[in-house]
Order: sequence, then C-alpha cells, then structure tokens
Amino acid sequence: MRFILKMAWRDSRASRRRLALFSLSIVLGVAALVAIGSFSANLQHAIEGQAKGLLGADLAVQSRSALTPEAKAFLESLGGERANEVSFSSMVVFTGSGGQTRLISLRAMEGGYPFYGEFLTDPKDAAGRLARGEAVAVIEETLMSQYQVKPGDSIKLGSSQFTVVGALKTIPGESAAVALLSPRVFIPMSRLAETGLLGPGSLVRYKTYFKFPPERDVEALVRDLRGRFRELRLGFDTVEERKRELGQGIRNVYAFLSLVGFVALFLGAIGVASAIHVYVRQKIGTVAVLRCLGASAWRSFAVYLVQGLGLGLFGALLGAAVGVAVQLALPSLVKGVLPFDVDFFVSWAAVARGVGAGLVICVLFTLLPLLPIRRVSPLVAIRSSFAEAADRPDPLRWVVYAAIVVAVAAFAWWQTPRWQIGVGFVVALGVSFGVLAGMARAVAWMARRFFPRRAPYVWRQGVANLHRPNNRTVLLLLALGLGTFLIVTLALTRATLLAQIQGTSDGNRPNLLFFDIQDDQIGPLRELLAKEGAPIQAQAPIVTMRISRLKGRTVEQVLKDETSKIPSWTLRREYRSTYRGTVAATEKVVEGTFVGSLTPGTEVTPISIERELAKDMQLALGDTVEFDVQGVPMQTRVASIREVEWRRLEPNFFIVFPEGVLESAPKFFVAATRVATPADSARVQQAVVGAIPNVSAIDLTLILQTLDGIFSKVQFVVQFMALFTVATGVIVLAGAILSGRYQRLRETVLLRTLGATRRQLLQIQMVEYAILGVLASVVGCGLALAASEAMARFVFETKGGFAPAILAGAVISVVSVTLVTGLLSNRGVATHPPLEVLRQET
Amino acid sequence: MSVQSMLKVERLTKTYPSAGGALTVLREVSFDLEPGASLAIVGPSGSGKTTLLGLCAGLDRPTSGQVALAGETIGDMDEDERARVRNDHVGFVFQNFQLIPTLTALENVLVPLELRGEAGREAEAQALLTRVGLGARSDHYPIQLSGGEQQRVALARAFINTPKILFCDEPTGNLDGDTAHAMTDLIFEVNRERGATLVLVTHDLELARKCQRILRLRSGAVISDERT
Ligand SMILES: Nc1ncnc2c1ncn2[C@@H]1O[C@H](COP(=O)(O)OP(=O)(O)OP(=O)(O)O)[C@@H](O)[C@H]1O
Ligand SMILES: [Mg+2]
Repeated sequence: MRFILKMAWRDSRASRRRLALFSLSIVLGVAALVAIGSFSANLQHAIEGQAKGLLGADLAVQSRSALTPEAKAFLESLGGERANEVSFSSMVVFTGSGGQTRLISLRAMEGGYPFYGEFLTDPKDAAGRLARGEAVAVIEETLMSQYQVKPGDSIKLGSSQFTVVGALKTIPGESAAVALLSPRVFIPMSRLAETGLLGPGSLVRYKTYFKFPPERDVEALVRDLRGRFRELRLGFDTVEERKRELGQGIRNVYAFLSLVGFVALFLGAIGVASAIHVYVRQKIGTVAVLRCLGASAWRSFAVYLVQGLGLGLFGALLGAAVGVAVQLALPSLVKGVLPFDVDFFVSWAAVARGVGAGLVICVLFTLLPLLPIRRVSPLVAIRSSFAEAADRPDPLRWVVYAAIVVAVAAFAWWQTPRWQIGVGFVVALGVSFGVLAGMARAVAWMARRFFPRRAPYVWRQGVANLHRPNNRTVLLLLALGLGTFLIVTLALTRATLLAQIQGTSDGNRPNLLFFDIQDDQIGPLRELLAKEGAPIQAQAPIVTMRISRLKGRTVEQVLKDETSKIPSWTLRREYRSTYRGTVAATEKVVEGTFVGSLTPGTEVTPISIERELAKDMQLALGDTVEFDVQGVPMQTRVASIREVEWRRLEPNFFIVFPEGVLESAPKFFVAATRVATPADSARVQQAVVGAIPNVSAIDLTLILQTLDGIFSKVQFVVQFMALFTVATGVIVLAGAILSGRYQRLRETVLLRTLGATRRQLLQIQMVEYAILGVLASVVGCGLALAASEAMARFVFETKGGFAPAILAGAVISVVSVTLVTGLLSNRGVATHPPLEVLRQET
Repeated sequence: MSVQSMLKVERLTKTYPSAGGALTVLREVSFDLEPGASLAIVGPSGSGKTTLLGLCAGLDRPTSGQVALAGETIGDMDEDERARVRNDHVGFVFQNFQLIPTLTALENVLVPLELRGEAGREAEAQALLTRVGLGARSDHYPIQLSGGEQQRVALARAFINTPKILFCDEPTGNLDGDTAHAMTDLIFEVNRERGATLVLVTHDLELARKCQRILRLRSGAVISDERT
C-alpha cells in the first residue's frame, strides 16, 4: 500500500497540472449539484423557520360565494382572532396618468391580517392607514412604476376614488409571481360596497383568516369543518398544508434541476475518462517496467487508480467550493418567485452528496481506461513495438458499465424517490448520449467521405486531423453538441410557445376580451364598442351552476367513494356554462351530435361537454348529469363531446347548453373584440371602464407578456443549469486538446521539418476547429430540432417552429467557442522548438 | 539452500499464431546455468534471442517446455507469482534503458525495494549510483541524462535488490562505441562484485566473448553452446 501511494505520488509529479486540468471537467457538474442541493436545504429551512408567515394565519377558510349566515355564525363561534378578505378581478383607472386602465386583482381587507409575518409597504405607514379604513389603496409595486403613480395620486375603482398611499412590498403567503397577470390592489373592506363592483356573476373569493392560541389543533378543526359544511364546498388552508405544498414544490424543482446538473457531471466524467485514456497510453512503458521489476498486475493498476481517485477527489472538492460560491448567487436569481426570505448557509449534507456523486461517477468512468493497465504485459519493456494480441474482452469492463448504470439510476432515484424516474433518466441519458455519439460518428465519417479531394491542402489536412489515429472527434462532438442541444432546445421551445400564442393575434381573431358584463349591460356595451370602431366579434352568456348528481349518484356520494378516480375539483367547482345554437370556430365535435336548440317538451336537456373534462369525469355519450342552476335542478344528458382549442382568446366553455333552456336564468356575459393597436386597445378599454365601471377587460398582449415573463424566468433557471453542461463541454474540449497536445506537437514539428510555414500550421488548426464547431452545432441543432418538435407535438400539441435565427446564432457561437478554445489550448504548438520535442521522446 | 542450477531451461518452445499458420520462433531450447556463471545469447536478428530472454525471466509463457529460475519452476505460476519471483531474484537491463520518466534517478533505483515495501534504503541506492559514477546526478530525471548515463542508472536499479540473476537485452545496443565499452566493463565489474548470474543478449561477438558461455541461436534453434 505504501508503495502504491508513494509510486502514485511520484509518478504523477510531472503531470499533476495535467491531471488537475482533467479534473476540471467534473468541477462544474459537482458545483451544480452542491449549489442546488445546498440552496434547496436553505429553502426547506426557511419554510420550517417561517412556517406561520407562509400563510400569515393559523387557518384560512375560502369560499367562492358569500358565506351562509349559519356558516358565518359558526366560524365566529370558533374564537381566536379573525380577519376577512374579499377579492376579485376588476379594472383600475389611473386618473392621474391620462385615465389608463389595467386589469387588477382587488383585495378588500378587514381585521388584523396578517397575524404572522409582516405586511410591508413603502412608505411603511401605508398598511396602517389601510387598516384604519380611510379611502386609500395600497397597490402593487410594479403598477407604481409602470403607470408612474406616486403616493398621494388617486385611482378609480368602480365608481369611487381612492388615494394611493403606498406600494406593496410583501405580504405573507404570496409571492410577487402571483401578481404577474393581475397585480394586486388593496382597499379597506368598509369601502368595498361604495365601489359598486360586487355584482352578481363576478368571480369573487371570500376568505376568513384565523389566529388561534398555540394549543388549538387546527388540523382536527379542519376535519370537523370539512364534514360540517360539505355542501358549501369550502377550501381550507393551514400552515401544515402550506408547508407540505411548498416543500413538495421545492423538492420537485430541486430534483429536476439536480438531474439537469447531473448531465453536466456525466459529460465531465466522460471527458475525464477520455483524458485518462490518453494518459494511460503514455504510461504503458512505465507499467511494463514496473511489471518487469516485480510489481503485480493489481499493484501497477492501483498506482494509477490512486491517481484517478486523487483527481476525482480534487475535482469534486473544487466543485464543492465553486458550488458554494454559486449558491451565493442563486437567491438573486429566484427573487420575487419565493413567498419568503431565505437565509444563506452551507448545507454540509448537500456538499457531501455532491462530492460523493462526483467522486463515484468520476471514479467509475476512470476505471474504464484504467482497467487495461492490469493487462499490460511486461514484455512491452523488451519489445519496442507494442503489438498486443487482439484484446480478449475484459469481463470487468461489463461490471463497470453495469456499475455506471446502477449509479446513475441510484442517483436519479435518490433525487426523486420514484423508480420510474430513475429508469427513465438512465434510458433518457443513455439514448441521448448514444444518439449524439452515433450522430457524431456519422457526421465525422461523412466529413471524410464527402470532403472534396481537390480542396486546398490546409483544408484537407484539417479534415484529415479529425480522423488521425487516436482522434477524439466523437468525444469533442459529444461535448460541444450536448451543450448546444440543451440550450437550443430551450430556445426553440420558448420560440414555439410564443409563436403559438402570438399566432392567435393574427388576422381577425379577437384580441381583447371583456368579462363581468351584466345582463342589462351587454346592449350598451355592444353599442359603445361599435361606436369605438371595435364591434363585438363573439359574445356568450354565462350561467353559473354546480353539479348535483352524476349518473344518478349524488356528488357527495361520489366524493365519499374511495374507489372513485374522478378528481374532486371537477365535482366541487362552479361551472360557468353557456348556451348557443352552433358549434364555435374554436371547437369541433368529436363524438355524438351537437344539439343547438331544444325541441319543446324535452325533459332531459342534451348538453355538449369538453373532451378532457368528460375523460376526467368518466362521462360517455348518453350519461346523465344533474345540475343545480342557482337553486333549480336541471336534468341533462351528454349529447356530444367537443374538442376545444383553449389557447384562443375567445370565450370557451366546458359545458354548452342548447338554446331554449337557460335564457331565463340569472346570467352575465363575456364578449370579445379586435383592436388594431395597443393604443386602440387602451382607448377602447378606457371608454368601456368609464361608461360601465364593473366590466373588466383583458388584452392578448397582456397575456403574452405575462406568459413570456413566466417562461423567461423558467428558461433562465433551466438555462443557468444547462450552462454548467455547456461550460463542462468547453472544459472537456480544452482538456481533450491539451491531452492530445504532445501528439500534435510531434505532427507539427514534422510538418515544419517538411517546410510548412507557421501560417499554414495555424490555418490547418483553424480549419480543424471550425469544422469541429460546425459539425458539433449541426449535431446539436439537429437533435434540438427533433426534441423541440417532439415537445411541441406531444406536450404543447402544436407545430414546432423553425427558427433560423436561433440556429444560426447557435452555429456561430459554437464555432467561435470551439475556435477560441482550440487555438488557446494549442497556443505555442506551432512555435515550439522542435529539438525539445525530439528530446522528450520516451 | 544451495541450488545446483540458477537457470534451467528444458525443451523450451514458443510459437505464435500467424496468418500463414503457427510461427515457431523458439524450438526445443535447453540449457542449464550454474550460479555465478555468465551466458551470452547471440544470433542474427529475428532468431529469437529476446523471446528466449523474456521466457527465462518469466515475462511470457512458453508454448511448451519448462523454465526453473533460482530453483522455482515458473511455468505453473500465475502472472503475479512470477512478478514476485522477478522482484526477489531478477535484475534487468534493457536496450532502451526503460527508466520511468516521471521518477528521478534515485527514485528509479529505489523502485524494486519500494515494491517490497522496504523503506529507508536511500543510502544504499545512493551508494550504487556513486558506484556507477552518477553520485552527483541522483536528483536528475531521465530526460536530463544522456543515454549512457541512463543505462548506468538502469544498472544500479538492476542491482539494488541484490538479484541472483541479471538479464541484459543488448545493453549497449543504443550506445556509441566508447560508451558501450565503458558500460560493458561496468556490467561485468558490478556483476563480479555482487556475484550474480548473468544472461546477456547481444549482437556484439566481442562482448559475448567476455562471458563464460555462448549460446548461438538461428531461427529459434540452438546451433551451438560453447564455453569460451
Ligand atoms: N507477438 C509476436 N507475434 C508474432 N511473432 C512474433 C511476436 N514477437 C516476436 N515475434 C517473432 O519472433 C521472432 C523472434 O523475435 P525476437 O525479438 O526474439 O528476435 P531477436 O533475436 O531478439 O531479434 P533482434 O536481434 O532484432 O532483437 C521474430 O521473427 C519476430 O517477428
Ligand atoms: Mg531482440
């Protein structure tokens, strides 16, 4: 053992810098794992520490309709402190800034919420003034800057004016992300009625918050309440519930990001293996001498295994240090997404996990090139030319391959304790590396096969270099191609999504939607819009209803049935259904026949149901559903099933009734129109809100912006992780070039002896790396196109976009990165004194 | 224990499979070498000298026949046992020196001892280096030494484990005339001092004549075995 360590230490002396360089390949992979691991430990810790602040109360009871007097009385009898909130979507008018309007989420508050955590405003006293019931409003910070609102300015909500007293910084239980689509505006509850906004049909959420003494068993209380008020379909939120949800969410994101980080580690390990492969080849002579001098096969193998271990350990520890540094940067990346503050600390468990994963994967991969050391014959020492008889297959190789598969699967399984994900990850990783490697091989082969023979010498030599014996073209293509693949897939997917949403704004499709229109307001609105030059293109009446019986069983029975697989939201929700005589342009009937109007005397109303909902509720043609239409029971049967294109900004519905049944029920409307420009949109919205204050409007561009905002955040985080893979690819590239430097040096010396100029040598290198870059980006982009097309088709159910700009950008950047890395790593090769090279011959 | 024979080779045959059928490179070679003796193996290029040496030192397995080295029959041993035998009894000097490029001269000399787990014998190694005239160069790496100097380091390494038998494959083949002479003298001197058995492969008849016995090979067969 002493010999092994000593020999390993001495033998590595001359190449320690080189070995350290090889180890850089896994640094970023380990760093990624450590950073996310440790950061997610920070998050879990924050959740525990600020548990109560996550909800701001011990219990929140939520209802879609005003509470019945009995329920209200009961809640009041529960004791503790109480606070109420009523919230719904509405329009705000910024009277100060030229009367601009914006869809917002209006929150009317009363009582001492939040009981835990802080309601932070700027200036600080704004929250207090709100609590005192003045005619004031606290508005989302983004609204302040976007509409240039200062404290003291006034805004109009419905028919009343409010003075803005401050900007919302944070409120417990919600992250700023919830306000992306509709920013929040807080007013005192006592001022809500005078706005006149609370009409029938508005989608209102009533919340009651409780603060209980610590000894109160909130979970038991929730069970009791749930049973007691089943028919009210209340929602309950407790601190434990929040913790569970948030914790689960964080674990899922963490698992996903770790797997992305693992890809970088995996690639890096392949890079290490390939560098070690070259290293070992240079050591064969030494091994043979050691064997002659009496070292056993195992001992000479161990000398290099120790070096491999040292390299892995060095890389993993360095990776851990880098990971902790990256972790410091993470909070600013996810700012605004988290509903709580995060304190920084290093989770040593996460560090150990990252280092462990890095070490295991790295060592397993280095075993592959190290195993042949066991078989180096001492004869090599006395025969200058090494002609090992055709290698017998080494069974240990298969053991190592199996160990790698098991290690990868174990890692994935460990991150997401579902074995399917472990297996899926191994398969996905294997397939993508296999496909990449296969493509790289094919492309490299084609480059040689189809490269014009008459091309200038430097070109031919550059291409020939990619095929020299011991070339690592496939590894380089893999390293560069994988990064390209990840980044381009992300970019293409985003482009596809945006193009798809944007596509709906083409032509004459509606792009401005009005809702919360009362029965008596649809007429005036129609006239108004016509006058404004934006006539209504589509409108639909909405009648709210709930399901009371499904195929003869009551909803309560179905809900209690443990064997039922029907999701409870489909049964509990309030359905906002419409009636009309024809199938809309955004839908098509896939089963049965759509019944447009009711023949007089029909007892059971034929309805049309959306396909996915029908699937969820296990409804087939002819099945019966009983609705409770605001107190009136209504028998229906499924007459047709529709496929709906939800992404269109047009009124779409789960359930469509025929004409002639619901006309007399209390109803309200949605309407859609088309405006040409953003200015038109603002003008039309202002006119409508000015005349009919309770009508809300939403613009397609607003949705686009919101989605793009969300998507770019997600893309940013994923891209951040993918960058580790890209950077690893560059390091692997540099490492591969450096480890092949000696061979290249000798070739260059030879070429120079034969009369090549420095310029020619440089050109040959440039051609080689440029071609490598082009091939890698072709491989990467090719796969990315396939992947994003698959995503588009199977996940987003649309057509994949072809984005030449993204692809061209990828090719240009990959080629430049390759050129720069290649030339930098080969710096000095062309000017190296030939004599030194000849002397170095071993 | 006294051994009558240091190296006993019996009907040693080595064939390599090749495209045109089996290629016999050694044919029924037998000889017996008593302790302290010196043997030169000569023959034209390709006659099987290196092959024979490799088999004697247990670097390879014969197709048939037996080799007994210092009384141990190495034919039945596995690779690691043979490695142990080499470490215990054998010293090597190669044509192309075969120093380990990453170790200094002194460390190269120490390797056989380190392999046995023996530490703290730097003084001995240093003395051996001084003996071969390189006392001042012990910290140098192989590339910092000339060919002749490298070969002298190799000689020091060969003797550090006080081998019972020293195998040299064309030890002067890569050296110029004068250096070769000095090297040859050194090999014989040190060998005499240490009392090791010497097996030497060479093209050089003058060098061969310094040995007590000359074994002539042609096409893998012994054509003469004479005492000088
Ligand atoms: N692995 C092998 N496979 C096939 N033939 C081999 C192998 N090794 C050696 N030979 C052949 O065996 C014969 C003897 O080789 P060997 O190296 O022993 O000769 P030599 O006498 O040492 O020659 P030289 O004086 O040139 O060193 C040669 O013809 C060689 O081609
Ligand atoms: Mg030979």
